[in-house]
Amino acid sequence: MSTGKPKHSLSTRIWHWINAWAIIVLFMTGLNISNAHKYLYWGDYGFNPADAWLAVIKFPGWATIPQGYNLAVARDWHVIAAWPFGVGLLFIWIAMLVNGHFFRDLRTGLRDWTPGAVIASLKAHSGDADGAAHSYNPVQRILYGMVFGVLLPLMVLTGLSISPGFEPAAPWLVDLFGGRQSARSVHFLTAWAIFGFFVIHIGLALIDWRLIAEMITGGKREAAAPPAPEPEPLPPIEGTPEHV
Amino acid sequence: MSEIGPKLGRRSLLAGIAALGAGACTKISESDAGQDLIETAEAWHRTAHRSLASRQALAPEYSVADRSPTFKGNGSVSVDDGFYQQQVAAGFPDWKLEVRGLVEKPLSLSMADLRALPQRVQTTRHDCVEGWSAIGEWTGPQLSGLLDAAKVKKEANFILFRCADTLYGRVYYESIDMVDAYHPQTIIAHALNGEPIPQKNGAPLRMRIERQLGYKQAKYLTAIEAVASFDQVGDGNGGFWEDVAGYQWYAGI
Repeated sequence: MSTGKPKHSLSTRIWHWINAWAIIVLFMTGLNISNAHKYLYWGDYGFNPADAWLAVIKFPGWATIPQGYNLAVARDWHVIAAWPFGVGLLFIWIAMLVNGHFFRDLRTGLRDWTPGAVIASLKAHSGDADGAAHSYNPVQRILYGMVFGVLLPLMVLTGLSISPGFEPAAPWLVDLFGGRQSARSVHFLTAWAIFGFFVIHIGLALIDWRLIAEMITGGKREAAAPPAPEPEPLPPIEGTPEHV
Repeated sequence: MSEIGPKLGRRSLLAGIAALGAGACTKISESDAGQDLIETAEAWHRTAHRSLASRQALAPEYSVADRSPTFKGNGSVSVDDGFYQQQVAAGFPDWKLEVRGLVEKPLSLSMADLRALPQRVQTTRHDCVEGWSAIGEWTGPQLSGLLDAAKVKKEANFILFRCADTLYGRVYYESIDMVDAYHPQTIIAHALNGEPIPQKNGAPLRMRIERQLGYKQAKYLTAIEAVASFDQVGDGNGGFWEDVAGYQWYAGI
């Protein structure tokens, strides 16, 4: 039964695809920038590889934008893509608060964080052929909440902290991260955390192309579920469609 | 098994779209529209930084205890020139810094002259475009004092820094606008951590422009030139790395 409302609101869909472009450009130019100095430090300063807490690999050309080392072009596009990313994040937060997406689907309560809730949502995930979980389950709420509430904002804030021209406007921000090199390290780590999410997200979406289509067309939101009928025996297939 | 075909197809498609985007960035960068976008963004970042903080807002200064144990030398680490080597050995007795260009009173200053001016001491962080940072204490007169003494003409829009070092067969140079030229932390440093600047860090004189990246901090300084435009200097991009590698002229990010 459809409510007539799309499953994904227009604001969500527009943000999703602009943000997808921005994240791909930011990540791949970021790997190019990382190649310029492949060592990460904690604190205010750091330039000696002997002081590094991590020696990063050299990212191959196919993984970077542009496809080969070019710090100037990589930086040009990194700081341009940062705008739709940062402003988009502000936009989607406002939209989610206004249209109720946040309160309906992403807000977690204490009961969502219990092992029982997590196990239940993982179990519910395996076996539900047509995605009955239209309201997000605790694992989805926690994961999306972490991405929207922690990882994406961290990228913006650590990115700003690395800029020496921005620093005089908010020197406390750099201090908050424990110095510029710490902010740079957190920027790198958070980028990879987002990459991890991206892999799971794409992997699950590719299992059922309709999920991707819905992020373009909007799809249809199901009405609140009527009393559940007897579950039908499910065909024995592995890896069922669901997006996280 | 029939599922595998379309799945792989979609994956390849996604990979293709990503690759298209990746290749497109370089292509777009080379196009006029791409170049316009990059330059607009650069100008906007300069404006945004100066609006968020004030034009004279200071870069953070550290305590002496926060200094890095050493200070990395990068880019040119010496000057391949007989006069320079002879001056290094002798302590730069005959080194001159000229202040020239669009000024009413051109100056030629010795190291002793520069040390006799009012000095600013600042322990600041140096951020290289590559990503690393070092912290050191710099001493020297403010650029604003020299510009006032030389009486910069109204037509001057930029201050150009001429250097003794060459890299890839080109002479190093840099430039900044008048906002940064008159910023209180913009100094002509002659000392690092209380000692004359080491050769690798730009002896005997190096610029400090604390709200921008390392490549703006011109080393082995020979002259300060007030100009209306830097279009005719080098390849016209305002600095060595701007010409050679396409780095942004405003290095606040």
